[in-house]
Amino acid sequence: MKTKFSNIEEILDLLPELPEKLSAIQETLIANLIMLSEIPAPTFEEEARIKLLLQRMDECGLHNVSTDEAGNGVGIIQGKNPSRNILLIAHADSVYSQKEDHTLSVRADEIIGPGVSDNSLGMAVLATLPSLLDSLNIHLNANLILLASTKGLGRGNLDGLRFFMENNRMPFDAGICIEGAQLGRLSYTAQGMFRGLITCKLPEELEWQRMGENSAIIALNDVINHILEIPVPRRPKTSIVLGAVRGGKSYNVMATQSSLRFEVRSDSAEIVQSIQDRINDIVADIASAYNAEIDFEIVSRREPGGIDIGHPLVKSCRSVMETLELEPKISPSMSEVSELIVRGLPAVTLGLTEASNVHNLNETIRIEPIYTGLAQLLAMLLAIDGGFCNEPE
Amino acid sequence: MNLNNWIKHNTIHHSQFWDLKKLVEEKEKQNLKISLCLPTLNEEKTIGKEIVMFKSELMDRYPLLDEIAVIDSGSTDQTREIAETFGADVYLSADILPQYGEKKGKGENLWKAVYELTGDIIVYVDADIKNIHPRFAYGLVAPLIYRPEVHYVKAFYDRPLAFSQGVRPSGGGRVTEILTRPLFSLFFPDLTGLVQPLSGEYAVRREVLEAIPFPIGYGVETSHLIDVYEKWGMEAIAQVDLDQRVHRNQETRDLGKMAFGILRAFLFRAEALGVIGELPELSTILRQFQAHDEEFEQVPTEIVEEERPPMIELPEYREKFGIQQPG
Repeated sequence: MKTKFSNIEEILDLLPELPEKLSAIQETLIANLIMLSEIPAPTFEEEARIKLLLQRMDECGLHNVSTDEAGNGVGIIQGKNPSRNILLIAHADSVYSQKEDHTLSVRADEIIGPGVSDNSLGMAVLATLPSLLDSLNIHLNANLILLASTKGLGRGNLDGLRFFMENNRMPFDAGICIEGAQLGRLSYTAQGMFRGLITCKLPEELEWQRMGENSAIIALNDVINHILEIPVPRRPKTSIVLGAVRGGKSYNVMATQSSLRFEVRSDSAEIVQSIQDRINDIVADIASAYNAEIDFEIVSRREPGGIDIGHPLVKSCRSVMETLELEPKISPSMSEVSELIVRGLPAVTLGLTEASNVHNLNETIRIEPIYTGLAQLLAMLLAIDGGFCNEPE
Repeated sequence: MNLNNWIKHNTIHHSQFWDLKKLVEEKEKQNLKISLCLPTLNEEKTIGKEIVMFKSELMDRYPLLDEIAVIDSGSTDQTREIAETFGADVYLSADILPQYGEKKGKGENLWKAVYELTGDIIVYVDADIKNIHPRFAYGLVAPLIYRPEVHYVKAFYDRPLAFSQGVRPSGGGRVTEILTRPLFSLFFPDLTGLVQPLSGEYAVRREVLEAIPFPIGYGVETSHLIDVYEKWGMEAIAQVDLDQRVHRNQETRDLGKMAFGILRAFLFRAEALGVIGELPELSTILRQFQAHDEEFEQVPTEIVEEERPPMIELPEYREKFGIQQPG
């Protein structure tokens, strides 16, 4: 396949025939997907899944195949110009515990199983990309760094990727994060965000006189009511999502413990900070009123930021998507791309296929659109490699 | 060979064969051709995954398998379409050697595979395995490649959970432990060395497959073991531990039918070999119970263990493989 281009239009011209060419890699891709996905990899326990990926990278003759202190898996497809680097990331962790049955089921047109879309497919593409580039005889100028990052979800707080970005010395031209779903996804901005956990504990001894007036549930309810009174501006766009509440034991037992998990998002870092301060005050007030031990813990945090819609990287993505007849679905992201953006690295998140039942045990991906997703990824790698995604000096 | 020695030397764990590059080199040195046969009947949920896995890992990545064939008994679901989508050679059992008619049963598919497939070694893998992995094929083929005296390799599955002491119970499924093992203990004690004699995964050299008859139903595994043992001895048999196998569980009632078929096949073998005396005419009807409120009634099921002759006796087979008429 042609790999020297003088402008992005020449890459776009290749796109219509690309998905069919890419479907030749079907068995390799699906086999990699099955093997990776059937190894459980809950956040903080990604080691076995990463080990298999590195084994695949080794077999394909990649350079610097290794893990780092954070457990990230890395392999490099060396380019002709070793001073340039492109970073391709898929997070390795999933939301499913070791106990879940991780078996995938393969139908003629779809694949079903926990985590298959988020993000086993991303991992499988990392494992398959070396063979795919080989089969199309594509040799990039830049080094292509394939990174399976750990500790991405929930309490992981992107720690794996953060460690990698803080400690590696390679300068990157751009970064692409890949996720199984949804095809057409385009994220190049990050909202400011924190996720909080409020836990409420009352002394174990029952105070019979105060029975019915006092419980960890009532105290938490008060906290929630106060949080809901915090004014949330429409602009800059801001939201507070109360995600999960737990507490109590049974019908007639006074609850001594309760907890609330919630998320605050805003385009403005100041607003995120002011909401956090308000919640701190609320927690202190209610704790004294109920004589309860109430803790407020920030579980994870992101800074807002992003590249402009007019950035050549974003414009290239939109052109590629439009040529593939995909409607770009633009949304801010809390995931890996946010960590790259705040460091000033132009980066986007792309989806690879159509998925349904995401984050359920019957998570399902469609096979056919994967080849469009791969064509999109390949075109973007060629566009970055050709220097068509850099901002004018 | 002493049975304990046999167990020690001919029971192997699949992890010994992790080096697939070396295995393929050895296969190529011996100029062997290997076929994978997946007998199917309505396996649309699992067949695609099995084919993708074997094709990618053991054809494209490490060229151990030369053909992957699905021999289907006439599935009414999407089994054949899915198998074709993922690149297997798909055959309808009835279309192979149609002049010999069509009989229903897994053994029929295994027998017809001997004619249709071209490998020097055929590895049979059931199509209902949920946790499919390349080891299900390479683990069984490897002893045949590395050890010329081995002709027949049977799978077994043993995944120890936590055991505080060194000893733990092991063995086969319910039919194995209640029927086959007691029968072998009584009449063919050497064959009790097999941990799971009824497992549906095995790899066999063509010269063995073409020389033994095939019961078409439940009795095929049991009668194969007896035949291979009688003709080639225990040295020709090996068993490989493939760790865990996840598959559908069968109802006790279905296991009853299986046991009935196995018992018929066993008795005929034992009679033919003179291990037991002459049998009276055996019924082909298994009678099981069902109840309507307080009334009990019998449910009869006819289970006929017909048998296909050794393939080498068929002129069509001898012609296809260029074999002279025996004797």
